[in-house]
Amino acid sequence: MNTLDLLDGTPSVVGTGVALFSDALRAQGVDVTDVDWTPPPAGTSAALARVLADPRRVEANRLAAERMLAAGAELVDVRLASEALDLQPGHFLHAGPPITWERASGPLRGALIGAVLFEGLASGPEEAERKLASGSFTWEPCHHRGAVGPMAGVVSPSMWVFELTDPSSGRTSWCSLNEGLGKVLRYGAYSEEVITRLRWMSEVLGPALQSGVRRARDRGAELDMLAIVAQMVQMGDEGHNRNRAGTLMFMRDLLPDILEAGVDPLRLAEVVRFIGGNDHFALNLVMPTCKLITSAAADIPGSTVVTVMARNGTDFGIQVSGTGQQWFTGPAQTPSGMFLGDYGPDDANPDIGDSAITETAGIGGFAMAAAPAIVRFIGGEVGDALTATRLMYQITTTENQRLGVPILDFRGTPTGIDVTKVLASGVLPQINTGMAGRVAGVGQVGAGLVTPPMECFEGAVQALAAAAPTLG
Amino acid sequence: MSATGTDVHHVEVRRGRYVDSVSLMQVSATVAATPGVHKAQVAMATELNLDVLTGMGFEIPADAGPNDMIVAVSAEGDEAVAAALAVMEDAVASIGRGGGSGDTFGGEPAPRTTRWAVERSGAPLAVVSVPGEHAFAEAMGALDAGSSVLVFSDNVPLEHEVLLKRTAADRGLLVMGPDCGTAIVGGVGLGFANVVRRGPVGVAAASGTGAQQFTSLLHTAGVGVSHCLGLGGRDLSEAVGGLSARAALAALDADPATEVIVVVSKPPHPAVAADLQEYAATLATPVHLVLLGAGQPTITAGVEKVLAELGVDRPDWPTWGVPDEAPRVSGALRGLFAGGTLCDESMLIAAETLGDIRSNIPLRPELALPAGLEHDGHLMIDFGDDTLTQGRPHPMIDPGLRLARLEKEAADPATGVVLLDVVLGHGAHADPAGDLAPAVTAARRTAADAGRELAVVISLCGTDADPQGLEAQAAALAAAGASVFSSNAAATRYAVALVSGGQR
Repeated sequence: MNTLDLLDGTPSVVGTGVALFSDALRAQGVDVTDVDWTPPPAGTSAALARVLADPRRVEANRLAAERMLAAGAELVDVRLASEALDLQPGHFLHAGPPITWERASGPLRGALIGAVLFEGLASGPEEAERKLASGSFTWEPCHHRGAVGPMAGVVSPSMWVFELTDPSSGRTSWCSLNEGLGKVLRYGAYSEEVITRLRWMSEVLGPALQSGVRRARDRGAELDMLAIVAQMVQMGDEGHNRNRAGTLMFMRDLLPDILEAGVDPLRLAEVVRFIGGNDHFALNLVMPTCKLITSAAADIPGSTVVTVMARNGTDFGIQVSGTGQQWFTGPAQTPSGMFLGDYGPDDANPDIGDSAITETAGIGGFAMAAAPAIVRFIGGEVGDALTATRLMYQITTTENQRLGVPILDFRGTPTGIDVTKVLASGVLPQINTGMAGRVAGVGQVGAGLVTPPMECFEGAVQALAAAAPTLG
Repeated sequence: MSATGTDVHHVEVRRGRYVDSVSLMQVSATVAATPGVHKAQVAMATELNLDVLTGMGFEIPADAGPNDMIVAVSAEGDEAVAAALAVMEDAVASIGRGGGSGDTFGGEPAPRTTRWAVERSGAPLAVVSVPGEHAFAEAMGALDAGSSVLVFSDNVPLEHEVLLKRTAADRGLLVMGPDCGTAIVGGVGLGFANVVRRGPVGVAAASGTGAQQFTSLLHTAGVGVSHCLGLGGRDLSEAVGGLSARAALAALDADPATEVIVVVSKPPHPAVAADLQEYAATLATPVHLVLLGAGQPTITAGVEKVLAELGVDRPDWPTWGVPDEAPRVSGALRGLFAGGTLCDESMLIAAETLGDIRSNIPLRPELALPAGLEHDGHLMIDFGDDTLTQGRPHPMIDPGLRLARLEKEAADPATGVVLLDVVLGHGAHADPAGDLAPAVTAARRTAADAGRELAVVISLCGTDADPQGLEAQAAALAAAGASVFSSNAAATRYAVALVSGGQR
């Protein structure tokens, strides 16, 4: 479009603001599209204008979108975290932005306690807690090492991790192996059964998966996780709260190689039974896939695209392409949704986990239309799921044609959250999530929907404004 | 988590009944909310759910497997259990029934930003009228999505205006405004605009009421307008440098329907005016600059020049209620304007004869009215100025402030002539004379009761196609005793003649 088009024929018009003008245009027979406008948060208009005026922005965001759409994700190995992530004894990774023990939520504390016990660094929970509180151990965000962790996201050196690479960039991402549901470490549980399961995962599950993945790799058949994500989205999974189809496809694709690798049949049966009994097993493969997609957009000066959304149970944090690894945080909200057993809203901890990387990459809540069952978490109708996805197009930079949503005529999922669009629209990213018990040791209490606090996006826009070049 | 001893526990296994787990969580919540029910869980018998059920105090048959559905209820008595099971059946059955609203596929959510609305609609133009500090984001969104934009908002920071216009220039788009109240694009009036016939004259105006006066007089002379593009009152200032004027001229030059281009502006920065003149000379379409200023032609004169170039005879600009013999008045000239450019033009004309005119938008800074807008000599007030419209509608819509001032002038023995503008067209008050005529009658009576003659002169900007009805408006005002002119310049000259002793 250019000005000539404007002068050619009767214009159609978009009206933002005073309704009187739109009414006057309609009275003249003009086709008017009204904007449902709300002011951006108080005190942000100057910074928002400054960022929107950054001459690098349009090209930087185009590049970010191009890179996200070009990224791939192949499962190339399953390894010990100590090797893959260079984790020393007493050093842990966790979900979300950095946090101290004093401010850590119940589930994060519970998961750290469990990890200390699993590593044999304390004789019991009390000692583990005492040592954690006294500074005997260190921890940092998974994202600082290119990894992602669901819920508390705690990774310790003796755990095993999936290793995925993006063949287009050579970039690598990691995630722990999914433990199942209920009383599990990532939800903050650390009882003996939790530790026993972790030991089994290290001794049986990790090595079995490794032998299969390496066998596949050796014959040049790396498992293409992005292809699985594309299929699962078409099969009713959104990749965050539903990973059922993805889990089954993963098993289908990997099983022959595990068999060929000669894993003991009885152990293999345990492994298959474990994976088959856990509809979320593929989440820990979808997450690093999404991390590779979002990492591809990182560190482009002037870009306003969000590259990380993550929560530690206390703070919600985001990172934005144009400001590199800087965190912008606000208080994590408590999800609204459905509860297990007789747990209720008072039992739920505020939002936790790196799993919002799925929304950051354009699936999860952003692909809700592909998984309408999810909308029942908030008592909604199928139409609400479609509306949720459609609304996300208003705050994103591009659409990922590789991840088509059948019911939207296979339209690509909304991809690449733009902080300036979040501020200008007042629409917050839709996140599907699990809910951990508030108290350390409880485990999962439910699942539901949540949004980030607006503060994260305000902080990012202020920082982008400060980093914008002087206008000539 | 154990059941109380008095409750009835009901557990049943439904073999091979598969329902999605999320749906079952919803069913469980519904059943648990049934009166008399203390605990309820409807779930597939997966390992996790068996743990949950056991934890809630239910005993589950050992042979239940992941493909079986467990219904577990703990309630006050058998009746409550039966009621809970009925609720459960209904809730499970409703899962397959689809959405209650019938709108299963949902709707496209309303656009939340100008950018998205432009992307979805493909509209070539956005009209932004949000508060000034937020206008930049919406206008930039329109430019990002590839549309031109009319920014009606006032109080937009100057640097925002420059940034928007530079961006538009880079992308071949047009920014009209900010503080652009008037435009006519493809025959459509945007904001305040008179209904004028279509024709060969393209107008670019850094002035809202200037554009309305120009296009209305053209229409009255029988000549039409191709487009009238608003530039915003600051466009020809030194800071903005005529960025939109150039863009508008380029667009009009390329427009096959435009044969003559006119630029109408409040007093511009001299260097910017010179640059624009230079640029205009490079275009294929002839360009007339009607730039208000001391010694410069009036808007009416500008219209007459264009008419001459098009070979159209200049009409007698209509008047209503002008007596053959002018009344004898003494006292000062008091101009009360809704249109800033009309106020500027009147001050320029009046100053030639009367000397200094005080104003809230003075021609020279030292002529500024004090805060109360009071002065015992000649004065003119622009009630449309930003400082007087904060928190209230424009005087073209809301006559309140102006009517109050008219009443005050009527009571002031120093006032000889009151000069008012009335602007018709889209966006303006539906019946300005309905409010103003009685006020004029009252004002003249107030003066007469005090033994004075108060003359009321009105510059009526409008066309015979305007929704308010030009003739009816003029007749009502004339009947109230006002002398009504369609040319603001003519109205001002008449008013000046009245207070300067009959020189006309």
